Amino acid sequence: MLASFQDFFRQLAEDFPRWNFIFFHDPVQADRILTGLGYTIMLSIACVILSVIIGVAGAWMQGSHLRIPRMIVQGYIQFFRNTPPFVQLLFFYFALGQFTPTYSPDGWLEIPVISNVGWAIISLSFFAGAFNVEIFRAGIEAVPRSTVEAAEALGYTRLGIFRYVVLPLAFRVSLPALNNNLVNLVKTTTQAFAIAVPELLYQAVSIWNDYPSALYPAMLLLFVVYILLVGILVFGMHRWEHAMRIPGYGN
Amino acid sequence: MTETAVQPPAWTPDQPIVAIREVRKAFGELEVLTDVSFDVMKGEVVCIIGPSGSGKSTLLRCINALIPINSGSIQVEGQEVHSPHLDKLALRRKVGMVFQQYNLFPHKTALQNVMMAPVHVLKEDKAEVEARAYRLIRKVRLEGKENAYPGELSGGQQQRVAIARSLAMNPDIMLFDEVTAALDPETVKEVLVTIKDLAAEGMTCMLVTHEMGFAREIADHIYFTDRGIIVEHGPPATFFTDAKDPRTREFLSQIL
Ligand SMILES: Nc1ncnc2c1ncn2[C@@H]1O[C@H](COP(=O)(O)OP(=O)(O)O)[C@@H](O)[C@H]1O
Ligand SMILES: [Mg+2]
Repeated sequence: MLASFQDFFRQLAEDFPRWNFIFFHDPVQADRILTGLGYTIMLSIACVILSVIIGVAGAWMQGSHLRIPRMIVQGYIQFFRNTPPFVQLLFFYFALGQFTPTYSPDGWLEIPVISNVGWAIISLSFFAGAFNVEIFRAGIEAVPRSTVEAAEALGYTRLGIFRYVVLPLAFRVSLPALNNNLVNLVKTTTQAFAIAVPELLYQAVSIWNDYPSALYPAMLLLFVVYILLVGILVFGMHRWEHAMRIPGYGN
Repeated sequence: MTETAVQPPAWTPDQPIVAIREVRKAFGELEVLTDVSFDVMKGEVVCIIGPSGSGKSTLLRCINALIPINSGSIQVEGQEVHSPHLDKLALRRKVGMVFQQYNLFPHKTALQNVMMAPVHVLKEDKAEVEARAYRLIRKVRLEGKENAYPGELSGGQQQRVAIARSLAMNPDIMLFDEVTAALDPETVKEVLVTIKDLAAEGMTCMLVTHEMGFAREIADHIYFTDRGIIVEHGPPATFFTDAKDPRTREFLSQIL
């Protein structure tokens, strides 16, 4: 089964030299793609989760009655929303990366405690998180003041109100916009390529540098994989949106 | 136990459960309460009537510290509501509040709405709270609607869930702010019946209402407010027939 699959693509490459799907018949290249896919999925999941947490925490801080936390969040949003994510990534890795402490397991190598993968996750999460703060804030503003007052009158603290009343309602309002931002985030993980994170784009480029005949197939693979990944994310988000729908409310 | 510097003398049920003294409240330039004083005794039902904008909702909000006052004093069971040392949770479990727009939590079922605060705020045992919530829903005559969401209930039904939600905290005092004003005429009665049941059980109630017939039937004492002061007050028997102040008379003639 696998052998005949590989034979088919080996034959295809001989008949059409520009269509060398090398990752379908050479196990070493297949491994590179799978590794790349693994990194892309890992980056995506880590950044989605972290950026949502940042979004929730930022939106909470924005509702503070103290000025300092509000100003910090505002500055954070302005910086990350108004500069290119690519530049942010380079800044985190090359500029901040210099100051990260290192450790040395064998006395020779100096390994930074935050790897390039770590910096990619941090940088991309903060980038997407800035948009998530704004998205959640819009959702929070849609929660009626009177609903919050009812929770206050029941003795809820500010944190309790946020957790049990405001956030669940705001989240539902925010889901469509959040959906868009997370789709962008998954696509933006390709920029980690620039700091040599061995994700899918990095692997594809390495393969076509080594085997120029694999250029078209590798590009095709990239498009197909991202369409599928984003498709799964969107499908999941829609299912979630549906599951969270409240009978008799909204729409 | 935390140490408190000054312990006020313990409240006893023969003292006013709510004591309002010379309360003044302004929103910026706008004087909403100019000088309001009165007492409510335990088990009493007090109705507050008056034209729109005369500060009735503001007064109720001040009583459970949803908004601060500028001067004067409000004591609930001997506890000063506007002291910086106020234990807000202790106050709010004593004082239940029901709003004109019900303000239920739309993402929770009727049962969950009733259960939420005792579980989250008072950290009570969930199974116990659930049993109590079922009882309360039966008490407001909504058995069978436990799993309905607010959006699936009529206004009158939502308002009764809101009453059950307040009662779940076992309050000593209930504040009702025009709770039937947003309802269809057919459903007004079901909510009034619920309140009447409560009053009959001895719950201390403060109601802002425009239902004069209801006020006359249920109230021990009626207060008429206009532009932030209490213009006139008395038991319903005399209030409706022997109003002295021309403002009261004019208001009553318009509404009756
Ligand atoms: N949070 C607020 N900020 C500013 N003005 C307010 C606020 N709440 C109420 N007011 C004003 O105070 C006045 C009294 O309001 P309210 O207590 O709601 O009157 P009532 O309940 O008797 O109709 C109104 O003029 C209203 O506009
Ligand atoms: Mg009002």
